[in-house]
Amino acid sequence: MSRSTEGFGALARVLHWLMAAMVLAMLFIGVGMVTTVSGRYEWLVGIHKPLGIAILLLVLLRLGNRLRQPAPALPADMPGWQKLAAKGSHILLYVLMAVMPLLGWAMLSAGGYPIVLYGPIHLPPIAPHDAPLYALLHGAHVVLAYLLFATFLAHLGAALVHALIRRDGVFASMAPWPQRQVVPAPITPVGTSRQARAR
Amino acid sequence: MPDPYQPPGTPRRPLRQTLGLLARFGVISVVLAGTAGGFAYAGGWLSPDRLTPARIVDALSQRGGDPTGYRRNHAKGICFTGAFEANGQGAHLSTARVFVAGPYPVIGRFATATGDPRSPDAVNRVRSLAIRIATPDGQEWRSGMNSSPVFAVATPQAFYEQAVATRIDPATGRPDPAALQRFAAAHPETAAFAQWARSAPWTASFADQTYNSLNAFRFVDLQGVRHAVRWSLLPTVPATPSTPEELARLGPDFLAQDLERRLAEGPLSWRLVVTLAAAGDPVDDPTRAWPADRQQIEVGTLVVQQAESEDGGPCRDLNFDPLVLPTGIEPSADPILLARSAAYANSFDRRAAEVGATPMPHAGDQP
Repeated sequence: MSRSTEGFGALARVLHWLMAAMVLAMLFIGVGMVTTVSGRYEWLVGIHKPLGIAILLLVLLRLGNRLRQPAPALPADMPGWQKLAAKGSHILLYVLMAVMPLLGWAMLSAGGYPIVLYGPIHLPPIAPHDAPLYALLHGAHVVLAYLLFATFLAHLGAALVHALIRRDGVFASMAPWPQRQVVPAPITPVGTSRQARAR
Repeated sequence: MPDPYQPPGTPRRPLRQTLGLLARFGVISVVLAGTAGGFAYAGGWLSPDRLTPARIVDALSQRGGDPTGYRRNHAKGICFTGAFEANGQGAHLSTARVFVAGPYPVIGRFATATGDPRSPDAVNRVRSLAIRIATPDGQEWRSGMNSSPVFAVATPQAFYEQAVATRIDPATGRPDPAALQRFAAAHPETAAFAQWARSAPWTASFADQTYNSLNAFRFVDLQGVRHAVRWSLLPTVPATPSTPEELARLGPDFLAQDLERRLAEGPLSWRLVVTLAAAGDPVDDPTRAWPADRQQIEVGTLVVQQAESEDGGPCRDLNFDPLVLPTGIEPSADPILLARSAAYANSFDRRAAEVGATPMPHAGDQP
């Protein structure tokens, strides 16, 4: 079943691919910076903080856009568990993309650290200076980072199965390049997805 | 139900199609394995020899006593509060707000460079002073300074080896002397530090000590010119030389007792002096002192007003990370300086978790 006439809008695609690169970079920077004592440490930490806040801002924009323009329906021949997994993993990705920067921000607040983004630009604390709270938030930041990476891998794997094996138009609906057929009007995907949900 | 793995098109050559399908699954596997492998590489799982903050802090944690809940280095300390009174002279060298004339609140900590939070003061050669200065622009300057004029080693690897060499041998309760000798022989850069440790007078006080930044930093002035600097806190009370034997008779905690006794009589102060490097001075090697004739500028006074026990004191839950710097002060490329930040963070992560889990008294400084 082809979905060549449906797809995500241009803003959704730009946000998706931009944030994909940012989130992947954050995961690699995060796991790398805590395991190095080299000169790269300072450089990596200096990127990690402002990039995290940028992701927080972008995910808010993206959530708004997603609510305004819901995702196109998945192919009707996809098994129910796959549709459920797709929906669940997307919700998880959204939640983690919003929660991880907030946890990082709160964690630095609880650790009594200044939250420096760049030069004199810094954020106010959003949690009280408290060591046990810091430990809790730090632990959550670490565990959820691994969960985010695992979810990212599952998402990437599923996207590639859609693109290379099923070839069902799901990948094309979010592909970084425009689809061959022009999306006629935003009403179409909205209507289709509502019908899909009603089933 | 259609086979979901049946590609479109007429299945004329099933073998070729099967191979094509396998190839596409192969591509997917390679992409996923490559991403996971890259992540594992970034996290150090594929390079067990990588020197990580955790390995350094593990080594620091095995130098006697039980450091649970405490800093893994400079484990034994006492908090203080006070002020930094800038005289305005530093503003010619750096745009940092902290150099504009005026007083700024300070939370700090005196400590001895030991891994054991209960170690007797008379056995610890190096003493330290750490400060956090807060300025009205919301920025902070954190600095940890030692009483030695130079650091013992120049690289994180050598620092790690030093920590391993000073590990307590469970059989004797002391570090293995042979390991210490091997370390010293393999690291001639420790000579200047060792010379100081042998010859500098011991005293009975934190108050009469000079505390040095050891690492170089860069001050950035209004014109954007960067000045390589080190700084020192110079005491304002005379030192009374003593010996480790005499000091041992004062009891295990004479440094904290002396500090509290002196502060009961009035505040203690140190002059903050900035030393400017000349061309060619080593700015990335803390084992090498700069010549004594370098230009020095006094930029203000640290006034220590009140001491507080570390348990529940305001310094306990602060990480005196030397890379917490205001705009106008930048780190040098000194690898020890950069590694300090990474290792301090790991040590802080550990004790923050332990503080909540151990029955130490802790009022904390929660707002």
